[in-house]
Amino acid sequence: MRQVIIIGSGPAGYTAAIYAARANLNPLVVASSVEAGGELMNTTEVENFPGFPEAIMGPDLMAKMQEQAERFGAEVLYDDVVSLDIDGPVKKITLGSGATHEADSLVFATGSAPRKIGIEGEARLSGRGVSYCATCDGFFFRERVIAVVGGGDSAMEEATFLTKFASKVYIIHRRDELRASKIMQERAFKNEKIEFVWNSAVVDVLGDEAVTGVVLEDTVDGSRRELPLDGVFVAIGNDPRTHLVHDKLQLTPEGTVWVDGRSSRTSVPGVFAAGDVIDPTYRQAVTAAGSGTVAALDVEHYLAALGEAGAPDPAGAEIDGLADAATLGR
Amino acid sequence: MTAKATTSATFEQDVLQADGPVLVDFWAEWCGPCRMVSPVLDQIQSEHPDKITILKLNVDENPDLAMKYQITSIPAMKVFQGGEVKTTIIGAKPKFALEQDLSAYIG
Repeated sequence: MRQVIIIGSGPAGYTAAIYAARANLNPLVVASSVEAGGELMNTTEVENFPGFPEAIMGPDLMAKMQEQAERFGAEVLYDDVVSLDIDGPVKKITLGSGATHEADSLVFATGSAPRKIGIEGEARLSGRGVSYCATCDGFFFRERVIAVVGGGDSAMEEATFLTKFASKVYIIHRRDELRASKIMQERAFKNEKIEFVWNSAVVDVLGDEAVTGVVLEDTVDGSRRELPLDGVFVAIGNDPRTHLVHDKLQLTPEGTVWVDGRSSRTSVPGVFAAGDVIDPTYRQAVTAAGSGTVAALDVEHYLAALGEAGAPDPAGAEIDGLADAATLGR
Repeated sequence: MTAKATTSATFEQDVLQADGPVLVDFWAEWCGPCRMVSPVLDQIQSEHPDKITILKLNVDENPDLAMKYQITSIPAMKVFQGGEVKTTIIGAKPKFALEQDLSAYIG
């Protein structure tokens, strides 16, 4: 039995792991099999993470965070949690491999997943011209005409990145102004390959085997028109990944995991949450990292209180290898 | 036994003329999800060496095949049988999900 298991390996998960490892809590990080590193694995240059004035590639930043966590003794497992049992004092997780792990506490840092528009043609043509990852799929749209849907930083970043390949990139946005940061907006406005389509909602994606266009609805007068395209990149935000805990943890009206004030304490004692999964507003790499710190410190406090209450006493409990020996020696 | 590579030059023989089912993994070096799913495919290959052949095709080095099979998103995994595409899986998935998708071949 462990002291803490961290589910998730984005900035929140790895920062929690760095702090927990340095507190000799010997954390197990369940990093996921194919999404380890989280959303930043699909970004290019991260220009707003403090300490990297020349910018750093998203995957490189995540590799460094993992290295830092492992350096202090965090154990990283490339598997996926398929179910959780968190009601009792012992938190149990079951992995895709069938293996189970138990701990006194849990940090839930599963992040968020790209939001879908939610229209029929979108699902049908996903992977056939509809994409949620410009860095993965942009390559296949050389000299093609494509659109990015969205008005935030990620939409601007994706559109700018896609101009390396595409002959033209439309940015389709519901309103007549962007919520993207000024620097990202200006970069997009200056790019000659980018054309903005304002006050327009995508109401259908057209095509049989591959995308041939979209149907746009004017958000002001309701009129509809078709826009011929070879590809559609959706960047309209993210939704918290809470499917594992829907009936187990209290959620907020926004769909994020509820936490108590500025802490990481969820509605279940011993279960803490951090990062995008609790954050409907900011969702930055650096706020997620800060949130992971909060979770690790809350875990430490919780385990100390458990120890004082005498049950279960980590120092007196079963010893599983060096991990607990390290705790004893603390 | 890990998954081997195939190229435009050997595709006809490796894939289209093969006897049993062949899964072709369309991938690229710059694609993060491709790098994550690659060891998972190696595992599946080593566990089912007689049931399915898994081959990796680099889309940077073999753009003709990527275009022929209308790849617009990677990783894309296509199972060929008798020279025809029987199953298409798009996007990186955990091992248990891939095993489910491939149950007709490895079940």
